[in-house]
Amino acid sequence: MVHGEAWTLKEFFVYPNEYIYWSIQIVMYPFMTGLVAGAFVLSSLYHVFGVKQLKDIARFSLVFSLALLPVAMMPLMLHLQQPQRGIYVMMTPHFTSAIAAFGIVFTTYGLIVASEIWFVYRQFIVETVLELRAKQQKTAVESARLFLYSLLSMGAMDLSPEALHKDERAVGILAGIGIPVACFLHGYAGFIFGSVKANALWMTPLMPVIFICSAVVSGIALCIVTYIITMEIRKLIFARKRRNNPRLPSTEELKSAEIQVVTMTAKYLVMFLVLAITLELLDLIFRTYTAVKSWDILRSVIYERDFFKIFILQYGLGNVVPFIIFLRPGLTIRRALVGTLLVLMGVFMMRWNVVIGGQAFSASFSGFMEYQLPIWPSTLELFKEGLFGALSVIITPFVLFFLVTRILPVFGIKDSH
Amino acid sequence: MMNRREFCKKTMIVAGGLIIPLSALEVFNPRRLYAEKNDKGKVRWVFLVDVHKCVGCGFCVKACKIENDVTWDANVTRTWVERYVITRDGQTLIDSPKGARDGFTSQKIDQAHAGLKDVKPEDIAKGFFVPKLCNHCDNPPCVQVCPVGATYQTQDGVVLVDRTWCIGCGYCVMGCPYGVRYFHPQLHVAEKCTLCYHRLSQGMKTACVDACPFGARRVGNIRDPEDPVTKIITTEQVNVLKEEFGTKPQVFYLGSSMEVK
Repeated sequence: MVHGEAWTLKEFFVYPNEYIYWSIQIVMYPFMTGLVAGAFVLSSLYHVFGVKQLKDIARFSLVFSLALLPVAMMPLMLHLQQPQRGIYVMMTPHFTSAIAAFGIVFTTYGLIVASEIWFVYRQFIVETVLELRAKQQKTAVESARLFLYSLLSMGAMDLSPEALHKDERAVGILAGIGIPVACFLHGYAGFIFGSVKANALWMTPLMPVIFICSAVVSGIALCIVTYIITMEIRKLIFARKRRNNPRLPSTEELKSAEIQVVTMTAKYLVMFLVLAITLELLDLIFRTYTAVKSWDILRSVIYERDFFKIFILQYGLGNVVPFIIFLRPGLTIRRALVGTLLVLMGVFMMRWNVVIGGQAFSASFSGFMEYQLPIWPSTLELFKEGLFGALSVIITPFVLFFLVTRILPVFGIKDSH
Repeated sequence: MMNRREFCKKTMIVAGGLIIPLSALEVFNPRRLYAEKNDKGKVRWVFLVDVHKCVGCGFCVKACKIENDVTWDANVTRTWVERYVITRDGQTLIDSPKGARDGFTSQKIDQAHAGLKDVKPEDIAKGFFVPKLCNHCDNPPCVQVCPVGATYQTQDGVVLVDRTWCIGCGYCVMGCPYGVRYFHPQLHVAEKCTLCYHRLSQGMKTACVDACPFGARRVGNIRDPEDPVTKIITTEQVNVLKEEFGTKPQVFYLGSSMEVK
């Protein structure tokens, strides 16, 4: 069977070789990179612009950004027909292609995130090393931890106030460079689509900007969701531990801290949400008004075939409803959770409507293609480009986040910044 | 004894110093400069389709599939023929069942999932067949977007794919406005019409040109003013497909109609 045939349903006249070649994994790719970029921008709001209220979530989102980073590449590898040759993009980049920049942008960004995290955590790493060294009798686990943290410290053991101040400055600078690079990482994902002149829906110079705004929205939303979930778990653990150690913060204290962080973060989310919706609507209005050759078929895709996906799921449930939720006074944790989950769904649907919607019509403008998401992975291809492949991409960052936080905890450590 | 800071500094200077002369080698590649300066070679292959002569027999598609080992039953093809039926009330119906591999054996028009559409002969205002293949554009978007340079254009204008280098990202497939590219069902790399480069370079014509009983397909060298194909293109009213994309397609159509997509 030809690649794409399993999930493409053609109607009217479609060129014989046309199928939906870019499927669910290409929906996941901008969605995941968007989360990476958004999480990083959120952490930079504190480190660069000194938004003090975001201090708690800044460290959290920075580590989450690191956990998401390898996952941004996963959908691409699952999508490639020759994944073993994926490295060629780095080795023999063909620079007229937007994808060729991937290696450079991605590596730069990875290095910035990794080094920023190192500076943020250096004090913690060194303190852990000193603490472990001081112990007379070490268990095997402690020896392993000592080895790991010594390695992570890279020999920079200076904890003098000057050295810590330098760390702080380095974090500020890296976060400052990181913002444009994060925007570039994602804007460039938008450029990959926006520059395809063969595709009437994709081709718009607004695409990179729309992608960046929705990326920041989704990144902030995911950080809020994960933050809320982690705090709820911490509340439960603390409630149990408090029986033995009454000095730990009470559930009420945790809760008030939590809602404060969430409210503040939600404000930034709404800001970027407004920007994203404005640009998307501008694009839609512009297309309707200019009504070029492709508009006939685009109109039937946007207003008829994909109406539910675009206007109900994406704009309605994904944008308008959370907008109302966040703007009504007296935000509660539960409402914030519902709002952010809806925002995430909305951004995901936006990616879907761009990637799949862009292939919902034939380049002949005389027929339609419908994407049927493969559910049961009866073959490797149906796994990779089906529901289960997408789910494994969604689950991986959380597993990675859990593993990373075993080494670099995001809560309850003394902060040098 | 060198301290760490100095060591790092010196390493960077050495690495930087090594990169500069190496990059110069790439910048001043004499062969490339020569090629760019003397761009016009003696041969530029072009294709000519005479829409008036095509009867939709599908021999060209068959011949192509056999010659180029395109999987017979797979629903992809390097070349295909489209049938256009324009009804008296102005409706345009198009189909190309199996890429017209077996010709058009039924009067019913294949609308894929929407079923077969029956049009009464008296309702038809006009009808014709349009063969399609890779346009071997002068400004090929597929070559531009390939992230690893696996798709390239030969000096005589033919766009080819290096099967050993294609990573299978599908960007070229998405970048082609003509829908000529697909993934090879067995090799899992981008696949397209090669203009039978293996035959052209041996002085033969393409398989589809040889198979066409009516002379609807012709291949020629636009740089040769004596070539009959060149004469037609330069003196008669020919058209190209989707000119608005700026791809500068090199497959020319005689007698094409505005309905052709």
